[in-house]
Amino acid sequence: MLVIKDLYAKVEGKDILKGINLTVNAGEIHAIMGPNGSGKSTLANVLVGNTNFEVTHGSVTFNGKDLLAMSADVRAKEGLFLSFQYPVEIPGVSMVNFLKTAVNEHRKYRDQPPLSAGDFLKLMREKKAMVQIDSQLTNRSVNEGFSGGEKKKNEIFQMAMLEPTLAILDETDSGLDIDALRIVSNGVNLLKTPNNATILVTHYQRLLDYIVPDFIHVLYEGRIVKSAGKELALELEEKGYDWIKKELGE
Amino acid sequence: MEDQNKLLHEVTQRDYRFGFVTDIATDTIVKGLSEEVVRIISAKKEEPEFMLEFRLKAYRRWLTMKMPEWAQLKIPEIDYQEIIFYAAPKEQAKYESLNEVDPELLRTFEKLGIPLEEQKMLSGVAVDAVIDSVSVKTTFKETLAERGIIFCSFSEAVKHHPDLIQKYLGMSVPYNDNYFAALNSAVFSDGSFVYIPKGTRCPMELSTYFRINAKNTGQFERTLIIADDDSYVSYLEGCTAPMRDENQLHAAVVEIIALDRAEVKYSTVQNWYPGDKNGKGGIFNFVTKRGICKGVSSKILWNQVETGSAITWKYPSCILMGDNSVAEFNSVALTNNFQQADTGTKMIHIGKNTKSTIVSKGISAGHSSNSYRGLVRVSPKAENSRNYSQCDSLLLGDTCGAHTFPYIEVANSSSVVEHEATTSKIGEDQIFYCNQRGISTEDAIGMIVNGYAREVINKLPMEFAVEAQKLLQISLEGSVG
Repeated sequence: MLVIKDLYAKVEGKDILKGINLTVNAGEIHAIMGPNGSGKSTLANVLVGNTNFEVTHGSVTFNGKDLLAMSADVRAKEGLFLSFQYPVEIPGVSMVNFLKTAVNEHRKYRDQPPLSAGDFLKLMREKKAMVQIDSQLTNRSVNEGFSGGEKKKNEIFQMAMLEPTLAILDETDSGLDIDALRIVSNGVNLLKTPNNATILVTHYQRLLDYIVPDFIHVLYEGRIVKSAGKELALELEEKGYDWIKKELGE
Repeated sequence: MEDQNKLLHEVTQRDYRFGFVTDIATDTIVKGLSEEVVRIISAKKEEPEFMLEFRLKAYRRWLTMKMPEWAQLKIPEIDYQEIIFYAAPKEQAKYESLNEVDPELLRTFEKLGIPLEEQKMLSGVAVDAVIDSVSVKTTFKETLAERGIIFCSFSEAVKHHPDLIQKYLGMSVPYNDNYFAALNSAVFSDGSFVYIPKGTRCPMELSTYFRINAKNTGQFERTLIIADDDSYVSYLEGCTAPMRDENQLHAAVVEIIALDRAEVKYSTVQNWYPGDKNGKGGIFNFVTKRGICKGVSSKILWNQVETGSAITWKYPSCILMGDNSVAEFNSVALTNNFQQADTGTKMIHIGKNTKSTIVSKGISAGHSSNSYRGLVRVSPKAENSRNYSQCDSLLLGDTCGAHTFPYIEVANSSSVVEHEATTSKIGEDQIFYCNQRGISTEDAIGMIVNGYAREVINKLPMEFAVEAQKLLQISLEGSVG
């Protein structure tokens, strides 16, 4: 599904990614872990086409297409979703209007007719129940006045509405209390199918208690320095990232 | 009377010397402005003496006035001797078919979803008689007539209701009010007249679109709306379609008079040609709009969405004379490319317990300049009056400018005046967030801007609101790279 080859990227003139290689197949969950500043969020942003990040070398294919040649909105419509670490507020734009536009843009891209208002509201109700989001939130402006936890729940709700083939969750666990973490994780697990894939970007092991990955990659100074199965998380939790640094001979 | 006839005779006789050109399709006089021209206009329109006097007073006053320079606008010099001040409505179509019309204009019509027949009318293509719209107009007129509502062109009103005109003309905007109002008072060609009788609620929104002979009312339009005791009317000015007009200078006057417990809601969507991307061409729009809440507990609401014109100079205002009267000003002004807007309102509180609200939303993009200028004045007698003002500016990019000039004068201690202002930028992060959900940058900007302006757009009548939303989006096309 996703093939990243020798990817280099810059932010504000500074090299952050220095040769990432990663392959994600349908049905898989990958966790990308690493100390602060290792390039985790940069990788997430580069993949979804944030123009503040400049790719200087390498290639990314997504379902056989050249991902880097697409604009951000096309990447989204091709099935790529980012759950933002810090979702922005858009005052005056209702969640309903925002999501209706988004869903219908996706449909248009697939040559499907737009959903009627009735069908759309029905879909919203279903997905709201699925991810256990408070009905009140969807009556408000996009993320406006939402608490940290509500914003993260709202991201998962949008993911449920858009049904991406590859979802990237950037530090979704940060700022969540244990109940919210459970609800959010539950939503992600429910949305999992053999045809889609998930990349979890996280600093802590705790999210991985709820969403169990197939693979864990450790990102350090812009490179994936270690890849293993889910047991790696426990080892990291126990020994910390210093252990990796030592292993690398630093 | 004899003198008057003699004068009229003289004037009409002299017409020819001044190069009056009369043919079937057009009816214009020589360019330039003089007392003769003012007399000719009045004579051509067969106006009663009081109208000629009104015009002449205004003209003589105008000669002594200077173009106002206090606005945050760069206004090129206007040569009044190069303007043709009278042109009767032209019946002749400009084009044979839509194929001859500027494709850019057609593209905009398309986006606004304007029906084909209407597109033709707006761009000056010959239209076949459309049975439907004729019958709509007829039914419309009948419904209004049944209730004694007068809705006609200003010229018709001068002919058929001179008493009303004489009583109310200049009550809100005196002939000597300001430079452009004086100019308008001297040379205005036509416009709309509305009178709602006592105790009558106008059963439909009055729109110039439905008024016969509404086309080509010209550069110096004059509108007078009178709402008698206990009446209500909602009036829609203009059209959301872009009007291409060869006249560069527009100086309209709108007067509203609300008597006891009357309510007038005046909504405008202004979308005149703003000039091209490099700031060439475009309309200069100098408008004086003012309402008087003359009666007790009367109410006047100004709602406007302004996206057009190269230069906009416009301050729809209210004089709250009657005790307990209420006024509102809700505005969205959008400027892009090299447009300049200096717009706002004046709320003059004179009666006791009067209340006014101002919500102004400026949106600037490109190299444009967008200023809010507002005055809230509470006179010593206006006890227990209240004003709430909210002035927000939204910037797109960093080459545009937004300015706020609020003036507040409160002369008693029992009144409360509140003012809030914010300036924000459309964040790249907001646009990116929309992009990531599959929404293109252009649609994202449209959505964010409409969200920002929602409070005002919601005040517009339904069909106006929908078109205003599309208009905001279209006006910002290409403003963010």
